Amino acid sequence: MNPLELARARPGPAFTVEFDGRRVPALPGRTVAAVLWEAGVTSWRSTRRGGRPRGVFCGIGVCFDCLVTVNDRPGQRACLVPARPGDVIRTQEGTGHAD
Amino acid sequence: MRTDLAVIGAGPAGLAGALAAHARGVRVTLVDAAPAPGGQFHRQPASGLRAARPQALHHQWRTWTRLHAALAASTVRLLTDHHVWCVERVSDGRADGFVVHALLGPEQERSVELHATALLLATGGYETVLPFPGWTLPGVVTAGGAQAMLKAGLVVPGRTAVVAGTGPLLLPVATALAAAGVSVAAVVESTGPRRLARYGGALAGKLPEAAGYAVRLLRHRVPCLARHTVLRAHGDDRVTGVTVAALDAQGRVRPRTERFLPCHTLAVSHGMLPHTDLATTLGCRLDGTAVAVDDQQRTDVPGVWAAGEATGTGGASLALAEGHLAGRSVAARLHGTPYTPAPAAVAARARLRRAADALHRACTPPAHWTDQVTDGTVVCRCEEVTAGEVREALGLGAGDLRSVKLLTRAGMGWCQGRICGPAVAGLTGCRLTPPRRPFAQPVPLGVLAAQHRHEPRAEPTPPPAEEGPS
Repeated sequence: MNPLELARARPGPAFTVEFDGRRVPALPGRTVAAVLWEAGVTSWRSTRRGGRPRGVFCGIGVCFDCLVTVNDRPGQRACLVPARPGDVIRTQEGTGHAD
Repeated sequence: MRTDLAVIGAGPAGLAGALAAHARGVRVTLVDAAPAPGGQFHRQPASGLRAARPQALHHQWRTWTRLHAALAASTVRLLTDHHVWCVERVSDGRADGFVVHALLGPEQERSVELHATALLLATGGYETVLPFPGWTLPGVVTAGGAQAMLKAGLVVPGRTAVVAGTGPLLLPVATALAAAGVSVAAVVESTGPRRLARYGGALAGKLPEAAGYAVRLLRHRVPCLARHTVLRAHGDDRVTGVTVAALDAQGRVRPRTERFLPCHTLAVSHGMLPHTDLATTLGCRLDGTAVAVDDQQRTDVPGVWAAGEATGTGGASLALAEGHLAGRSVAARLHGTPYTPAPAAVAARARLRRAADALHRACTPPAHWTDQVTDGTVVCRCEEVTAGEVREALGLGAGDLRSVKLLTRAGMGWCQGRICGPAVAGLTGCRLTPPRRPFAQPVPLGVLAAQHRHEPRAEPTPPPAEEGPS
């Protein structure tokens, strides 16, 4: 059993997004975080001070741990932002702004 | 946009409040940050996933279908994908009212205004997680976060999970993960059955629900470790397992009871905190960490009501009763008619508040949880401030959360102390006081700049014409 089977989901055709240079399939409606989880990815940010990996923590937009760079725009909450066809998603290093 | 009543939050409290006021002739606008109504409790799968059986992941499905049908049949205006960042009190000379500012959609680059005569804050709550070594590793998520990702995205974070902490969220999350195919290695609850039994009277109504979860967990062969706690999460770049241990009656770790449980995910929760930002910006009085309300769900600011988790966490059924009573009170106030409470809702509210109170008393984190927090443990996840730094600030004389923040930066980051607040309070012995945040969430500077309205000015005087040589 998986969650899609459990809820008898019949999603539309998958599309592709890019994550750190590789192609990742995405189901319509899923957030960037859900797409990355499905692809087995759990971290997509490295912290500003320690360079430590981070991903989803609160899952509802409160903690800002899951910040990610989408289409060159850093600081997006992956748990809120829906994935769209052709999105270029990159691991966010620090603030995501070159300094 | 103008409305009689703006309801902020389309979870159980907001939906019940909106529908009750609307049924009594009030023009209602219901505002929510999510793409669809329901809040966290009735969070629906993303429409693109076209789930034919979403109820497989839900509780009280009939309540949801009833609310959803009533909303669809009503003329309540629903504004989804609206992230409210500020509510202002305004006066136009004739009457007082409110302006609700909301950022639109996932982009959050444009802000819109909604003008309302009355306001119902049904902003819900968020989870508390206390720190322990390894809690910042990817794969460690809040129990509610795992559930939110599952309900909306139909996705799970890994093949094997441990669900840990304390409180009424652990059993439904463990059950849902197990049903979705995750192997749940254990439910680790720090409260023991004897402590729960002490509050048996008030919790009697919750027993059938708890028994239902117990049966399902048995069916999935999920072991429940009562009076146990997670000591640390292990892993380098992601969690690979946790060490759990038994607790004694005083909440201390019992020596030589540690054991390692391999897992890809640790879903952890130590309770809930109300979202009070909009209320405190408006000047509403708080009672502890929750918005203070009277028997009609009125705050002490005229024209502002509050219901649901924002007024104290107690679950969806309590939120429904509170929201319904708030909606009736709003309608009475706007029409100048007497307030007539629904006796069933009043009784349910009283009963469910007693149960919530008993659960809060029973399900507390281990009394000595700070003993496990090593100096190297990150406490403030945003600013990467360690427990050692926080303890050092205490040594420097910091006597409240604000001083600790100024000395260490704990609570100064993106989440504005929402996550680390309870941890810093526990480590320093300071009282947890919700800070007054002018904005409920980050706002682009361009949006703020556009809020500044210039008074209309007379045409600038043209410069005097240059005089030609005489």
